[in-house]
Amino acid sequence: MTIGLNAFLIVAGLLFAIGMLGVTLRRNTLVIFMSLELMLNAVNLALVTFSRYNGTMDGNLFVFFIITVAAAEVALGLAIIVALFKRRETIMVEQLNALNR
Amino acid sequence: MADLLFYLFAAITLISALAMVLLPNAVNGAMCMIVSFLGTAALFVLLDAYFLAILQVLVYAGAVMVLFLFIIMLLNVDEEAPRAKPAKLSIFAALSGFTILSVLVVSLFNNPSALPEPPVIEVAENPLGPSAANGIPFTTSAKSFGYSLFTKYMLPFQVTGFLLLAAMVGVIVVSKRMTETTVKTEQSD
Repeated sequence: MTIGLNAFLIVAGLLFAIGMLGVTLRRNTLVIFMSLELMLNAVNLALVTFSRYNGTMDGNLFVFFIITVAAAEVALGLAIIVALFKRRETIMVEQLNALNR
Repeated sequence: MADLLFYLFAAITLISALAMVLLPNAVNGAMCMIVSFLGTAALFVLLDAYFLAILQVLVYAGAVMVLFLFIIMLLNVDEEAPRAKPAKLSIFAALSGFTILSVLVVSLFNNPSALPEPPVIEVAENPLGPSAANGIPFTTSAKSFGYSLFTKYMLPFQVTGFLLLAAMVGVIVVSKRMTETTVKTEQSD
């Protein structure tokens, strides 16, 4: 395979940029949360790439832990969003402006 | 052949991620997100991380996205209402931030002074081979995951298990307390 380290890092960096675009552009809390997952995924890709081209398993183990922590984070974050919806009847960020009234 | 596959899967991953961000309907976005995760899993396969690719499909594309779809359909949020348009300034800020970051990334890794291209190291046969002294060598077998988890990463492994337990208890507490307070307020009304 002639694809090198930098090509994978470009893909990972662009994925991270797209995730950041989603966090800043969208107003639906659920989509913002999905974009956060996308950014975590981009970091995972960079870690696996470095692990492969370094010849050690450490990056892969880090990705293993990140996936576990991300699963826990998704469960808790979605529970908080559901609680927010029960209380405020909305999950649009521009209507969650208790600090700006 | 592998080069072609890399370009194919990188394009699938990036395009579906962009579609997730830009599609107005959250359910369509979640579907595109699943495709993006599958593309990332394929990139993991190209990097010889087979175990992580399977884990990615099972945990991310499976469990996490099913949870997201459940919540999206449970809350049944309307389309982003056109009546409350976001400020033009915030759209401009988001797009310019994205442009700056992506141009920065591409120019950082796509010029002569980028990171040197290391040769692809041969995948070690045995996770406990002679080079095990300086770090666990890269292998494709799940055996090296198990070996690393129970030797070098023993403490993080235990802490992660405890974290999962804490997250589970936390989710139960958050959901339960909210229902109790809503019941109380309904009774007081």
